Amino acid sequence: MEEISFETNKEPDILLPPKTQSRALRWLRENLFSSWFNALLTIASALVAGYILFHTIQFIFTADWSVISVNFRLLMIGQFPIEEVWRIWTAFGLMTVLLGLSWGLWKGSMAHVAVSILAIMVVMLVMPFIQMNTRLILGANIVLLFLTFFVGTKLPKIKVPVLLVWLLFIPVTIFILNGFGVFEPVSSNIWGGFLLTMLIASVSIVVSFPIGLLLALGRRSTLPVVKYFCVIYIEFIRGIPLITVLFIGQLMIPLFLGNGIEISNVMRAMIGMTLFSAAYLAENIRGGLQSIPRGQYEAAQSLGLSKAHMMSFVILPQALKAVIPACVGQFISIFKDTSLVAIVGLTDLLGMGQKLVANPEFLGKQMEVFLFVGFIYFIFCFLMAHVSRRLEVTLGVGER
Amino acid sequence: MKKAVTTPFWRDKRIVPILLQVLFSALVLIAGYYFITNAISGLQQIGIKLGFDFLKNTAGFTISESMIDFQPTDTYGKALLVGIINTLRIAFFGIILTSIIGLFVGIAKLSNNWLLSKLATVYIEIFRNTPLLVQIFIWFFAVFLPLPKIQEAVTLGPIYLSNRGIAIPWFETHSNTVFWIVTIVLGLILAYLLAKVLMKMEMESGKRRYPFMSAIGVFAAIIIFSIIFTGSGPITIHTPAVEGRGFVGGYTLSPGYSAILIGLVIYTSTYIAEIIRAGILGVPKGQIEAAKALGLKNSTTLRLVIFPQAIRIIIPPLTSQYLNLVKNSSLAVAVGFQDIVSVGGTVMNQTGRAVESIVIMIAFYLIFSLITSGLMNLFNRKVQLVER
Repeated sequence: MEEISFETNKEPDILLPPKTQSRALRWLRENLFSSWFNALLTIASALVAGYILFHTIQFIFTADWSVISVNFRLLMIGQFPIEEVWRIWTAFGLMTVLLGLSWGLWKGSMAHVAVSILAIMVVMLVMPFIQMNTRLILGANIVLLFLTFFVGTKLPKIKVPVLLVWLLFIPVTIFILNGFGVFEPVSSNIWGGFLLTMLIASVSIVVSFPIGLLLALGRRSTLPVVKYFCVIYIEFIRGIPLITVLFIGQLMIPLFLGNGIEISNVMRAMIGMTLFSAAYLAENIRGGLQSIPRGQYEAAQSLGLSKAHMMSFVILPQALKAVIPACVGQFISIFKDTSLVAIVGLTDLLGMGQKLVANPEFLGKQMEVFLFVGFIYFIFCFLMAHVSRRLEVTLGVGER
Repeated sequence: MKKAVTTPFWRDKRIVPILLQVLFSALVLIAGYYFITNAISGLQQIGIKLGFDFLKNTAGFTISESMIDFQPTDTYGKALLVGIINTLRIAFFGIILTSIIGLFVGIAKLSNNWLLSKLATVYIEIFRNTPLLVQIFIWFFAVFLPLPKIQEAVTLGPIYLSNRGIAIPWFETHSNTVFWIVTIVLGLILAYLLAKVLMKMEMESGKRRYPFMSAIGVFAAIIIFSIIFTGSGPITIHTPAVEGRGFVGGYTLSPGYSAILIGLVIYTSTYIAEIIRAGILGVPKGQIEAAKALGLKNSTTLRLVIFPQAIRIIIPPLTSQYLNLVKNSSLAVAVGFQDIVSVGGTVMNQTGRAVESIVIMIAFYLIFSLITSGLMNLFNRKVQLVER
């Protein structure tokens, strides 16, 4: 067998400290030029990114954005009569108060929302084409946001009332827009622009959530009739495109309700959106219900809780917490999907954009109009997606 | 004496569920009865009887893009069939293209290269946080319609861009195509069998037999033989050219079709990219470490360890994205591409048969969803882990 020798007498090599590379250089080497293939990728992506960036920036600075500044009011609130705009501002003020209070009370993800809305208000404030009185109101709202933020930090006891007012916010807003029941109501047929987008989105989100919850519970029910009714409803809605649901809303709801009842186009679109999103929310919530270990059910039952108590005090609090991020994802979809009401003839943000493009006065401004519309949607969706990701972390979903 | 304890029927565990179900069914039936009687009396007032007889009547409108011959003298039924075929055309090409782009973007997002992964992130964030309809409008109204007239079409290599549509090179079959298809299929079968046999020999003897190399060689030999034998390729490529006011040769995509296809492909690819990324990240780290410890090459690890496990995570959400793509193709109605919803809408306007037209649309989508999810479930069962 061969002898294994260790060279013990040899002087050990003196290890020099590694050549110090500046941090930036090392980062570049590790992340961009670790191999020849990687370097090639970096150069190719840099070229593509540079090309797109250059042309985008060039477009932004050479495009004629006057179509937006001239029609800014139309895009935001549609044909809402100018003498009644104070109603919208009242509702907006209420939102600011609620937002400020929640910022102070919960901080965390709420702070992100509040700061983003604040940033949007500030950007609007400095836009050159905004009228003076609009600026004043925006400024007042910004001050109000900070004031209520401090009130919120000082009064931790009002959490429950604030939550209640949030829940009532949409009905209250519609009540305000209709003039408190005292003034002449503004017909929902002339609601338009971003206001209409927001109203349709929030009504369908708020109303579809309880329906979705009931459908999810129904789908897991032990009563076969209830169970199969829910299964058929959910699978039926999930199998067809939203646009057909909106067609059903526009054409069949008046037929189903008979002659006695008249409902406006906006209302029909809201019903369609709600029925549609309820099915998707139900599936999300069902996912949460299924994630609860059976031990929880058994523990509740062995404590002698009735079914209703078991659901409302043990199962649902855990299940709903687990599905909050998924539900926010669904809310983003609903918000994006509201743009489809433009196809059935409503003038939401996108529908208003379409009308502007069709106007011969603004010929050839399609890119500007639709990019602006897309940008508004993007800001809100991105914000919601960001909050959803944060919630996922703070709620510790998926970690036990 | 002790009184016999009787449970009142409203607390009896055997009776309550039945009562509840009867109550529920009664509510549903009453609501349904109310709606349907209203609908029927409403329809009677405008003098419409429900029924699908109208499908046999002459349509009288034109469909600009159709894969089968369609004349205004054809029936409504055939018009709807053309719509269905057009929807399937978007679905087919859309699913293929979006899978390819989604795969690349998903892998790019996982890349070690910082710039590439950031680019993929920006792509995903921008296109998934903007409504699909807005994107389709941008493509249609702001990109394809403002393109120059056909006489001044922009050329990108063999591709022509004009406001009449995009003309791309397209293949054409000729007399030798059948022969080519047969030889290619035969070649593939032969190569596969050879690879299998050599692989088995390699495993038994432990000596290198180069199964993949030999398979590729055999296939290449068959292709070369076919080229010599027929003296032509399997298909001829026709490049388009402008002649007068139209394109000659190649294949012309209308602005509406291009807008809906590109919009759908880009929007859906962002979701597919995220699904693929999640699938690859979902493979436990221990699996990759174990493969490395066994001394497998990177490519072998990817092929034999990561991919089979990732595909299990990927398939269910991928199926629902494919179905979403098909359902979203109904947005074609907004840019005037005549898919099933658009044709159905025209039929609805011309005949006043709203209920029947909507029923046909819904039935198509439901059947399509059922078939697709059935097929994907079958595939899913094949790749799913067999649990003991």
